[in-house]
Amino acid sequence: MSTGSVGLLGPDVADPQATLAVSSPRREAIRNVLRQRTAVVGLILLAILLFVAVFAPLIAPYEPNVSMLDLNSPGKRGESPCIHLLGCPADQPQHLMGLDSNLRDEFSRVVHGSRISLFIGLATVGFAIILGTVIGAIAGYAGGRTDNILMRIMDVVLSFPSLILAIAIVTVLGTGLINGMFAIGIVSIPVYARVMRASVLSVRETDFVTASRALGESPAGILSRRVLPNALTPLIVQATLGIGGAILEVAALSFVGLAASPPLAEWGSMVANDRNLFFSAPHLIFFPGVAITLSVLAFNLLGDGLRDALDPRLNR
Amino acid sequence: MTRFIIRRLISSVPVLIGIVLLVFVLARVIPGDPCTATYGEKATPEICAAFEQRYGLDKPIYEQFVIYAGALVQGDLGSSIRFGRPVADLLLERLPVTAELTLAAMLFATVVGVSLGLLSATRRNSPVDVGTMIVANLGVSTPVFVLGLFLAFTFAVILADTPFTLPPSGRLSPGVSVIPLAESWGLLALDGAPRAVLDFISNIYLFNTLVTGQWSAFVDAVRHMILPAIAVGTIPLAIIARMTRSSLLEVLGLDYVRTARAKGLRERSVVLRHGMRNALLPVVTVIGLSLGAFLSGAILTETIFNLTGMGKTLFEAITGRDYIVIQGVTIVVAVAYLVVNLMVDVSYAFLDPRIRLT
Repeated sequence: MSTGSVGLLGPDVADPQATLAVSSPRREAIRNVLRQRTAVVGLILLAILLFVAVFAPLIAPYEPNVSMLDLNSPGKRGESPCIHLLGCPADQPQHLMGLDSNLRDEFSRVVHGSRISLFIGLATVGFAIILGTVIGAIAGYAGGRTDNILMRIMDVVLSFPSLILAIAIVTVLGTGLINGMFAIGIVSIPVYARVMRASVLSVRETDFVTASRALGESPAGILSRRVLPNALTPLIVQATLGIGGAILEVAALSFVGLAASPPLAEWGSMVANDRNLFFSAPHLIFFPGVAITLSVLAFNLLGDGLRDALDPRLNR
Repeated sequence: MTRFIIRRLISSVPVLIGIVLLVFVLARVIPGDPCTATYGEKATPEICAAFEQRYGLDKPIYEQFVIYAGALVQGDLGSSIRFGRPVADLLLERLPVTAELTLAAMLFATVVGVSLGLLSATRRNSPVDVGTMIVANLGVSTPVFVLGLFLAFTFAVILADTPFTLPPSGRLSPGVSVIPLAESWGLLALDGAPRAVLDFISNIYLFNTLVTGQWSAFVDAVRHMILPAIAVGTIPLAIIARMTRSSLLEVLGLDYVRTARAKGLRERSVVLRHGMRNALLPVVTVIGLSLGAFLSGAILTETIFNLTGMGKTLFEAITGRDYIVIQGVTIVVAVAYLVVNLMVDVSYAFLDPRIRLT
């Protein structure tokens, strides 16, 4: 194309002004997102979280599960933070967030916890979104009785407060981080199923879908190539918000002792572990607590921003 | 109207059956045989035989479900292994604490949430608006248990010797007691179901002390309820504030509001009488939908503030592997959730005549 002469290509393609003015929808969408203040704050927080998670072993001065006792280093249970820059004597070992009830470096544990929480959020929502879109797609495309039965099951799942149902599921499956994530994943399926079903219904009877059907495309092909791209925006928004929710709920499950168990450096179970030292060592609740809040906030802000930017009904 | 309510009632029946079925299935798929799973080390052959007969475990699965559902309808939720008493009695005794906490949290979340939403919608982009939205975003992102512990630390430790100090645990201070309603109303002779209802209400301390005028106990109970209610109410508060704001902003842009302004009504009256009436509709739904958040929050908060309600019962049942209690709490909470959502839908139809047509 670039070798062709101006005359052959016609004036409007050759005109650089014209190519600049027509921006791709994707670029337009990205620009819309970046215009949202909340989305930008969310993205920055998320970038920090990702950075900490990726470089956790380099940032953390100690191993997350190694007690200071093993290192023959002095210290006591729940010791307050010792930061050299803030006037902590230089002859004492530096612990930015103090020591926990097992004499482990709290800062290293909080840093390593970012990996676990990110994994929890992404894996849980990934599981829910795959099952949810499949169920929603089948329900919307098949219609009739299949639709009715599938969506009634989703209604039943939704009619439980999610944490209660998750607790019931984990009691059956047995405790453990993976089972806890599985439970939260199951509980969040209906949201995605509903979003997907609504999208399927909205495009099922459109001309381009009828055309694909006339050309002999299989239902699976129609769903994945014609319908899914249309459902992507609401799914992405819902998933971003869902990741924050999943992190919160798995932390709550860990707090009641049903998901992550010691010595894993998961923020919720760190809070639960050191709860008894709370009045003498509040920093052991404060730091993991703030870490949870900031990571959930990152996804919530980004999700809100994405919705405002990508939802055409809200376009102002 | 009546038709709408009846139709809505009927449509919730399959969901109710689904809830019971789901809990039933969950209880049956516990690994290992249900008897050892329930009784653990206490499972002797005699106990197991009695257990299997009682729950009809030797019968086919659909018959088991009928037996199970039949027992449920009669209010039989089985017996707790740890406490050795019927789960229904245990929950009836502890439900008032959770109901009290949930209602207190709901009151806090609704009053403060709607006011904040109203303030930020009418003063758009002002410091109040920005501040409210920052608080709302932080609110929905903070785990209930972390917030509860922070509150306890702030009000019981940092503010210990100031007038603002609040107790971090229990329902009443040591030495303070609440006279049961049966006693103060001279109904001690009552028994059976009416007595159970009376005791249930009597156990809602805030209500009891208020109607019988036990003022010092009332103040004490309120002081104990403030921190847990804030902890439970913050996430719904944030959601309600955001919903009120966006809903009011939308309504204030409509033509009838412009008409009201054009008539020369005062801004106050336009916003409160014309705007809020319509803006509150979605807010009612959000309050109903937040019930799940309230109940989940109560479960996490009761253990922190040492309140012996449903949540603490569930927590203890999890730690003690008391499956029958876990099942019982799950059923009761799910049914309560269903009933409240039903009530929300019906009230919604009262508030908005258009709903009935669909």
